[in-house]
Amino acid sequence: METDTLTIEPAEPMTRDDLKADRPTWCPGCGDFSVLAMYQKFLVDRQYPQEKIATLSGIGCSSRFPYFINTHSVHFIHGRIIPFATALSLTRPELFPFVIIGDGDAFSIGGNHLTHAARKNVNLNVIILNNQVYGLTKKQTSPTSPLGFRSKTDPWGSRMTPVNPARQIIGAGATFFARASAANPKHLIQMYERMSAHEGFSVLEVLSECVQFFKGSFDGASSGKGGDFVEIGPDHDVTDEGAAFALAEKPFPGVFGVFHEVRRTTLNEMEQENIRAVAPAELQRPTVDKLKDSFNRLT
Amino acid sequence: MSNPSSISNSVIRIAGNSQDGIQSVGTMLARMAGRIDMDVMTYMTIPSTISGGPSIFQVHMGTATVLTPGDLADVLVAFYQHSYENHIESLRDGGVLIYDDTHVDPDLDALRQRRITPVAVPMTALTVETVGGTGTQKGKNIFLLGLLTRVYRLDYDKVAALVKEQFRGKDESVVRNNLLALEAGYAYQIGDVGSFFTFDIKPESGETNVTMTGNQALAYGAIAGGIRFGAGYPITPWTEVMEILRRELPRYGGTFIQTEDELAAIAAAIGGAYGGTPSLTGSSGPGISLKTEALGFAVMSELPLVIIDVQRGGPSTGLPTNVEQSDLSIALNGSHGDAPRVVLAAANVEDCFYIMIEAAQIARRFSVPVIVLSDQALATRLEAFPYPNLDSLVEEPSLNLATRESHKPYPLDAPTHHAPPGTKVVDGRYPTITGLEHDEYGNPSGSAQMHTRMTHRRSDKLRRLAAELPPPEVYGAKDARTLLVGWGSTCGVIRSVVDQSITSGEPLAALHLRNLNPLPPSLAEIFAKYDNVLVVELNEGGVNGCGQLGRLLRAETCQPQIRGITKSDGGSFRVSEVLERVRGILESTRRPATL
Ligand code: SF4
Repeated sequence: METDTLTIEPAEPMTRDDLKADRPTWCPGCGDFSVLAMYQKFLVDRQYPQEKIATLSGIGCSSRFPYFINTHSVHFIHGRIIPFATALSLTRPELFPFVIIGDGDAFSIGGNHLTHAARKNVNLNVIILNNQVYGLTKKQTSPTSPLGFRSKTDPWGSRMTPVNPARQIIGAGATFFARASAANPKHLIQMYERMSAHEGFSVLEVLSECVQFFKGSFDGASSGKGGDFVEIGPDHDVTDEGAAFALAEKPFPGVFGVFHEVRRTTLNEMEQENIRAVAPAELQRPTVDKLKDSFNRLT
Repeated sequence: MSNPSSISNSVIRIAGNSQDGIQSVGTMLARMAGRIDMDVMTYMTIPSTISGGPSIFQVHMGTATVLTPGDLADVLVAFYQHSYENHIESLRDGGVLIYDDTHVDPDLDALRQRRITPVAVPMTALTVETVGGTGTQKGKNIFLLGLLTRVYRLDYDKVAALVKEQFRGKDESVVRNNLLALEAGYAYQIGDVGSFFTFDIKPESGETNVTMTGNQALAYGAIAGGIRFGAGYPITPWTEVMEILRRELPRYGGTFIQTEDELAAIAAAIGGAYGGTPSLTGSSGPGISLKTEALGFAVMSELPLVIIDVQRGGPSTGLPTNVEQSDLSIALNGSHGDAPRVVLAAANVEDCFYIMIEAAQIARRFSVPVIVLSDQALATRLEAFPYPNLDSLVEEPSLNLATRESHKPYPLDAPTHHAPPGTKVVDGRYPTITGLEHDEYGNPSGSAQMHTRMTHRRSDKLRRLAAELPPPEVYGAKDARTLLVGWGSTCGVIRSVVDQSITSGEPLAALHLRNLNPLPPSLAEIFAKYDNVLVVELNEGGVNGCGQLGRLLRAETCQPQIRGITKSDGGSFRVSEVLERVRGILESTRRPATL
């Protein structure tokens, strides 16, 4: 397969203006603005070729990202962007795909895909914008809503134990998990860097406040609002899964930084291995000759 | 028994347990037929339990055209008493019963009355004697193959070569034992029966045949059509297609992945297509139901995608190992909203190969999802067909990432040609691919005018494709007043019915539909020429007696003479069964005139 016909000319460096698309339609003050701004800054810092970046989302407020960033983008259906992105990662390894979804996509309707992609260690970056509420549909309980959260579907307060993202994702076998907050952009961009540097299934949970339906939810993690943003210290061993689980058990608002990072064979490497196991000369032969081999065995 | 000096066709039904290697002996017989330029079609039942159980394999082979796996058998082979009891009715009067007399005690009087020739063969005992005491059951099937080689006067050396190929790579003693069993079967004295069957000699055409199942043909057709990525989830009877693609695609630089569920499978296939790689997914009924939301996305975002549905009995878990054509409605309409997609249905095993190439081409040309319908009968049926001209058929896929000055993914005045990620867009406006209604750039648009124009734009693909389709051919008698219409795997059956009707005084014609969405042109005009249009299909006739296609054709063509011949018993139509139903309908419609 022919793979690349890009013109090779010294390109102008990509700027944040290049990456701007429609003006975001989020509510003023929504945490997602900061996540978008830092995403743009991070892409500019990295200077990925603009045409090779793919921004991939599901459904929800945070999943409107594709319209607000000028890259090849996909606004897919609810819950299924991880398998979509898995295919893109496997078939087009030269691209830089970023999955950006909310807690509904990640932990509710698409929960099965998240855990399996983690287990298979797909080489993929997944940014989960956790606002602990369904915002787009105007305040229903989300799988990460805390106990007692009053929503339109739980007017008496949620009684269900919320998902613990760190525990669930690390438990599923993700080889990278980090936690950040939209309210701390400097730290957030460091986490983007760490996530993108990791080879394998990388999940970054970003607390992103829904000012419309869950105002003040993350004040506890914001020093400007009387809370405390506690970063994981340098003595934490990111390869120690037990230590990562211990961090995951910290009471709300928990700690921020890289919980877990290990290197394990990726699904991409495994699939490439299947192709590499075919002799190079065989791979080069035209399709028609190889098909004839198969058909000759069926005469 | 009439003792014809030569015959053109013969139907052999082998009944035993699945552990007896019935499938492999049937397969070798079919492959042998293909090699000597005979037509062949097989039919098998899959035992309903994993550990095996009663199973049959039927081979219809001959020098004349073979269109169905055969109604009644000319030769029945019964390994056990239950095989004999359950299948003796499937043997025609005057046929031959070969039975293992260690296990079967037939009612000889009843056989005599039906002029059936019984041939007792101590198959188990002789195989044990030949091969040795240890492999009791094993080799019995090869003994039978030798016996049938004698009965049908097939070329022994060619059959022996097949047996050697079958056990290629196995221990030498295995090959030797099987050849001994073959020889013993061939040497067995079968008496008069040895002169019953001699096939007409067909002049050597010099053509080579390939013999494969529908599932194999779908998989190789996908590769020939340029498909290089796929994703699926195991479900009977689709699974074999994905197993073949999983194994084969890496040889072509491609990948097929087994996903965590059906939803992920279609999402991944759409992701592959978005990346510019020709992609497919597939399943059987329950999985297709799960895929329909994402199918709507492929329609909305105008991504090329091939979806295979190997139909089985439904609804719900239904009859996993039986045939039914009851997924036509979901193939045509499954998914919310106006979601136009192309639907094709394979007529036979050979067509399974060609239809996949066509499906991949249509998907690519029109940027649209294409559903290919096969069914359980085609999936497991072996057919021999002429070796395809691969040189002229095979598509070598290429990824076009040529830089574009500007790019609108959904131009209102031109068809979609996506720019996959990796494509540089000079004016700096990169496309968004979305399931929301959108404008030409893929930006969300709730405007009434835009939704109207975009909806029309998507369905216009079907109009453009329909305009390319030739009017369907009518097969059979020119003066026929009754037209049989079929789709998918009933193709051979309705043609056989027409062939048989010629001698019956009520000549019939047949029309087979391969393109189900869009339908080919001129159907109303064609139907208008007939007093009766009978739509033959394997699904439920519902309130007015018309099945899923019958109802569609009534709605599309407004022809009141359309009636249904439907059934849902988990099996394929037999020729005799359809003939009887046709006669019944014709009689009932004539009655008022004779009053
Ligand atoms: S509803 Fe909440 S999450 Fe959605 S845009 Fe408004 S503030 Fe943000």
